Amino acid sequence: MLKVAQIKEEYPGTKSFFFNHTLNSQPGQFVMIWLPGLGEKPMSIAADNGNQFQITISGVGPFSKAIQNIKEQDTIGIRGPLGTHFNLKGETIALVGGGYGAGPMAFLAEKAVFANHKPQNIHYILGARTKELLLFEQRMKTIGVNIHITTDDGSQGKQGRVTDALKEMIEEVDMIYCVGPEMMERAVFDLAQQHNKPCEISIERYMKCGIGICGSCCVDPTGWRMCKEGPVLNQDQIKKVAEFGKYHRDATGKKHPF
Amino acid sequence: MKNVNLSTSLVGVKLRNPLVLASGIVDTTASALVYALNNGAGAVIIKSISPEPRTGHKEPILHAIQGGSMINAVGLSNPGMELGAEEIKLAKSRTKEPIIANIVAFTVKDFGVCAKTITKGNPDLIEVNMSCPNVDDEHGKPFACDPELAAQVTKEVKANTNIPIIVKLSPNVANIAVIAKAVEAAGADAITCINTIGGMVIETKTATPIISNKVGGLSGAAIKPVAVKAIYECYKAVNIPILGTGGVTTGNDAIEQLMAGAVAVGIGTAVYTRGIQVFDKINKEIEEFMQENNYNSISELVGLAHKKENKQ
Repeated sequence: MLKVAQIKEEYPGTKSFFFNHTLNSQPGQFVMIWLPGLGEKPMSIAADNGNQFQITISGVGPFSKAIQNIKEQDTIGIRGPLGTHFNLKGETIALVGGGYGAGPMAFLAEKAVFANHKPQNIHYILGARTKELLLFEQRMKTIGVNIHITTDDGSQGKQGRVTDALKEMIEEVDMIYCVGPEMMERAVFDLAQQHNKPCEISIERYMKCGIGICGSCCVDPTGWRMCKEGPVLNQDQIKKVAEFGKYHRDATGKKHPF
Repeated sequence: MKNVNLSTSLVGVKLRNPLVLASGIVDTTASALVYALNNGAGAVIIKSISPEPRTGHKEPILHAIQGGSMINAVGLSNPGMELGAEEIKLAKSRTKEPIIANIVAFTVKDFGVCAKTITKGNPDLIEVNMSCPNVDDEHGKPFACDPELAAQVTKEVKANTNIPIIVKLSPNVANIAVIAKAVEAAGADAITCINTIGGMVIETKTATPIISNKVGGLSGAAIKPVAVKAIYECYKAVNIPILGTGGVTTGNDAIEQLMAGAVAVGIGTAVYTRGIQVFDKINKEIEEFMQENNYNSISELVGLAHKKENKQ
């Protein structure tokens, strides 16, 4: 159980929660957050500087809406860090974040900037429906990465999709990282494949236990557990996940197309 | 080192080794079942399939306990018997190793309905879960807590399938051997000893039961001696084969359950403590034990503790 040290509203309905705790997490990993009496859900880690870590949550379902009512100094349950993480490599890297994927991508950008061997060019491509929903733009400006913004409505940056921005630079990048809605991830993966570029992508599936036991997050046909062998997979692994960008399973195990 | 034979047989179904992925552990889909087989399991059991789809309990559904145990109350989430039969059929098409179904229901009649439907998936065996401790509030005490009810369920399942059945027994009873005898008389082809033991964990800072269902099933290292005793007592009581299950983490644990009378051994919580590669690891440990102690086949180990006892 950890005390919430600080809360920051990113935009209405989305808050960042800070915990003064050494989690020792890596970008791409997640924690299970437990609100006693309300439930437990996996949440990706949006920052971790060694002394403090951050979770950023948008209120979309009953659980993530309930989290918005948490106050500073309240105590919540945290299990983790869990799952696989992104691995930095290459001199020119592109970090592609859509929606909530901005969190792990910003965390990875910070990791890259402060790495012993800092990549020469770090491109942070951030996409959202509209400018109010863009996350961590200021944070990325502070650390001095190249920011490329796309919005569906053109209210900020270029009107279009993150793949449009990625296309413009893809020939010069050595490595692509991506977290976002699965159809966006699929588009990024296909683009990376067309240009023969390596990538790492985080694949989200329904998770119950988070520690590789319940089987809810297994993907077809490999059977890999996205809480254990995932969520971050590389291009060679993703090629084997036939359901990527096609369907996912609900709490009963039934398939639903994207 | 000489070669030893790890193969065994469960109601006529040949297993290349005695390790069986226990029901409820990373086994909701054909892909997950094949993944466990690729990691060395001798056979795999799908997570319990009920007539209707179930989402299961709200999370948290599982809590790991130091020392290689855990408490879970997943609440029997599954996609229902029609999709369950399809997953079994798909698994069968992807492997030659045995695929074991597992059915659960909340009335005697529904056990029959579920057995009939799941038979369409053509599993090698059907395990009958009449002992889940985690849905008591919804459905009353498990059938496996009453010899008469356990026998009724067994008869109903047998009447609805020609595939051999394994009845999974509960340790949460006064005398497990009485239940074992009752299901044997009712036609069970084998029994599994044991399902999880009822347990509970409370988070003390907030005075909250951690599992959303409040109570759950304890599995892993903590329950191994209970399982060994149950296998030992049932081996004395019945003539049908026993699938041992409960807390097996190492090769030595598996051998203990074989010696108590099991012909094969379920692996569950150890997938958490030792990773999905646990099957290959334990098989290697069993092999080493057999080489060091001059055993050639698994059948020499089955029930060996009883033979020693008779000599005393």
